[in-house]
Amino acid sequence: MSYVPNTLAQREEMLLAMGKTCLEDLFTAIPADVRVDGKLDIPGAQSEIEVLGTLEEMAGKNKVFKTCFRGAGAYRHFIPGVVRHLAGRAEFVTAYTPYQAEMSQGVLQPIFEYQTMICELTGMDVSNAGVYDGASAAAEAVAMFQERKRTKVIVSATVKPMVLETIMTYSTAAGTQPVIISAKNGKTDLAALALALDDTTACFYMEQPNYYGLVEDAQQIADLVHAAGAKLIMGCYPTALAVLKTPAEYGADAAVGEAQPLGMSLAFGGPYLGFMAVKTVDTRRLPGRIAGQTTDKAGRTAYVLTLQAREQHIRREKAGSSICSNQALCALTATIYCAALGKEGLREVADQCCAKAHYAAEQITSVKGYNFTYDGLFFNEFLTDCPVDPEPLLAKLAENDILGGLAIKENGKSGILWCVTEMNTKAEIDRMVSILKEAI
Amino acid sequence: MSMLIFEISKPGRRCSTLPKCDVDFVAVPEEFKRNIPMNLPEVAEIDLVRHYTNLSRNAFGVDNGFYPLGSCTMKYNPKINEDVAALKGFTAVHPLQPEETVQGSLEAMHVLGDRLCKITGMDAITLQPAAGAHGEFTGLSMIKAYQLDKGETQRNKLIVPDSAHGTNPASAVMAGFTVVNIPSTPEGTVDIDALKKAVGDDTAALMLTNPNTVGLFEKDIVKIAEIVHNAGGLLYYDGANLNAVMGITRPGDMGFDVTHLNLHKTFSTPHGGGGPGSGPVACKAILAPFLPAPVVTFNNGAYTFAKPAKSIGRVRSFYGNFLVYIRALTYIMSIGAEGIREAAENAVLNANYMMEMLKDSYDVPFGGPCMHEFVLSIERLKKQTGISAADIAKGLVDKGIHPPTMYFPLIVPEALMLEPTETESRETLDNAIRAFKEVYAMAFDNPQALRDAPLTTPVGRPDETTAVRNPILSYTVNN
Repeated sequence: MSYVPNTLAQREEMLLAMGKTCLEDLFTAIPADVRVDGKLDIPGAQSEIEVLGTLEEMAGKNKVFKTCFRGAGAYRHFIPGVVRHLAGRAEFVTAYTPYQAEMSQGVLQPIFEYQTMICELTGMDVSNAGVYDGASAAAEAVAMFQERKRTKVIVSATVKPMVLETIMTYSTAAGTQPVIISAKNGKTDLAALALALDDTTACFYMEQPNYYGLVEDAQQIADLVHAAGAKLIMGCYPTALAVLKTPAEYGADAAVGEAQPLGMSLAFGGPYLGFMAVKTVDTRRLPGRIAGQTTDKAGRTAYVLTLQAREQHIRREKAGSSICSNQALCALTATIYCAALGKEGLREVADQCCAKAHYAAEQITSVKGYNFTYDGLFFNEFLTDCPVDPEPLLAKLAENDILGGLAIKENGKSGILWCVTEMNTKAEIDRMVSILKEAI
Repeated sequence: MSMLIFEISKPGRRCSTLPKCDVDFVAVPEEFKRNIPMNLPEVAEIDLVRHYTNLSRNAFGVDNGFYPLGSCTMKYNPKINEDVAALKGFTAVHPLQPEETVQGSLEAMHVLGDRLCKITGMDAITLQPAAGAHGEFTGLSMIKAYQLDKGETQRNKLIVPDSAHGTNPASAVMAGFTVVNIPSTPEGTVDIDALKKAVGDDTAALMLTNPNTVGLFEKDIVKIAEIVHNAGGLLYYDGANLNAVMGITRPGDMGFDVTHLNLHKTFSTPHGGGGPGSGPVACKAILAPFLPAPVVTFNNGAYTFAKPAKSIGRVRSFYGNFLVYIRALTYIMSIGAEGIREAAENAVLNANYMMEMLKDSYDVPFGGPCMHEFVLSIERLKKQTGISAADIAKGLVDKGIHPPTMYFPLIVPEALMLEPTETESRETLDNAIRAFKEVYAMAFDNPQALRDAPLTTPVGRPDETTAVRNPILSYTVNN
């Protein structure tokens, strides 16, 4: 396959038109001793039939489970067909960042709609246009709140491990070692948090619900953090926001999270989308793209990329972040997903996740040895003990086309982190639980 | 401009619905319950479809027309890439599935990683970074960890030429470096004397794009590498411009120690209106222990994840933008070794052809053959006519062409930067050359028309000052 349309004759004519005799005349600046000797050591061109054949075979080596009880940062939700059809339109897919606003209103307006939806979901005032994923959103938020006199970063041990690792990488690179607050019964240890907070603290990062699926005592946390003059960053599961108290209601200073549940497939981990929203006062601290509404000379409503004085192409080494892409197509996908579901629809998804998870939890914990590892309110994920070796148990579930919960070691004990969404039926839950019973 | 999705909302209207819940409802306790409205739009499916279909008509992609946006490599995005990225075996797998159930994904990562190493002349790779700037942060963090590991704690300076992409210095600061900017020569390349003066025992690395941002190959690259290496520094290659030289020369052979790649530029994955992209980082063996975790390895007939010994950690969740790099793999398999080189040659040919045909009207500040892109300066035209680079750009919009990159690189006043890419035909280039010349003539004949441009778009030039002074960043829903 080749995607170069110019014929060999045209290439000759073009060279001739420039007064050149051969292509080599254009590459004289590249020294001979750094040239590739002959051809690159990779296979040659293939036809579409061959490429498809190879890659279909590769995809076929992956196991797609009919039933899934695994979350832990990536969630299988239903994606209405209309989402893929609209977000897949080539005009959106093949466009660049909307630098030329006049010919990019079709990209800019959906970003503005996206920002509005994130504000509606989180209750916050201002959203950016999106960042790489939920973990980098948390890391960017931490960096956003660090100041000259407030550099200390505190993170709860109950956040998703990958988010914690990402925050560690970003903070360490910038010269700060985050302080980790231990967990107590699966939730942030409030006493330990109170001890760690001081007048050098920039911010505290927590998740609601946390990694174990538990709803944290966020109001007490918010009060503690604010009493120390620090900022509260709350990592959220966007679907849960339809029913759970929002970061804004807790008084959080930033709401961030992984927007993959809003219409993006599991896709082995990406592309996903990170969302970031703050209070008006912190607007100019936000990293990344932001779309704004204005007018043109004729008074027509127009959308532009705005507040760009924050960004790398203007501020260079003084910018707080180098991020310049906003996962625009993922943001568009989330926007269309939220519109397709609407306020009733998203609430219904959240209600079903919550109801089915509680039914599953009741059934699972009725099996001997599968007790809740931690007590407390949860949304759609929960951790239970696992009385048997998790590996053969999960293999047994896999034989039945079920991806079981995630096996994790907690305080030296085997446990399973279960996740239930609207995609799981009562019959699936019952079948899965019957296999657990058999495996005792 | 069309109404917002919120403005076409009608209470009670529904689109997608779920089956009836087959278990009992569970109420969230009052203390933890949402008590503020959530005003998402309420629309029927047909409203939704028309709204976004009509918006798509106000977007402009490579599929719509010529997109010579310098530094962005807006090449054609093959459709087979989309088909492969939509295979259920790739889209429906959970990232935390057991390794034995995702051997296809791991194989794809391994094969792609191997080919990208061969294309760049590097030894090891991570596919985790989500974009070029993310790759920069990753690669620079690896350099920092490497220097610290050697006990060279004083090496905290990163040298960056003044022609560099803005992300370079911004990423350097994120990775904890102090930036030392060095000026370019009047010819647009690295000033060797300035570099010699800048390096020292505090030098961590030099960050360079080659060809550089004015479209010129740094012909003294071997000497540059020697100067930096002799001072104990490393060389970072900003892969944004790799499309000019892939298959002809390799960053690894030029002396670079680490590079990020922009798969959404060089390897044909679509830009999506601003992402998702993919910014893998490839490096020499000395930096491999510092790569983000996990990396894919192949042992005893199976692919598996591994953590490099001195890994800098993660830069995001999971393994990167998987479906994006699946597209890049499809592209590399399709065009093969010979196609990689053919793409670079034709990208350079097309750029030189346009530059040559435009230089009797527009000023070309840097002489000699260019690589895959070139810069025009509107400075003299502006003095003569008052017409700016932005005016020229807006005039081109009315001709159905996406304008070049404006006002970059910063070292050229009133810059327009053109990168036609290899996937455009001579006919397309000739039409564009004509349009550029017509717009140039308008600067003298009818400058007001250019100042009023564009007229063919749904809106004219937006008032950006008001947008900044009085930011309206979301719609206030009054339901």
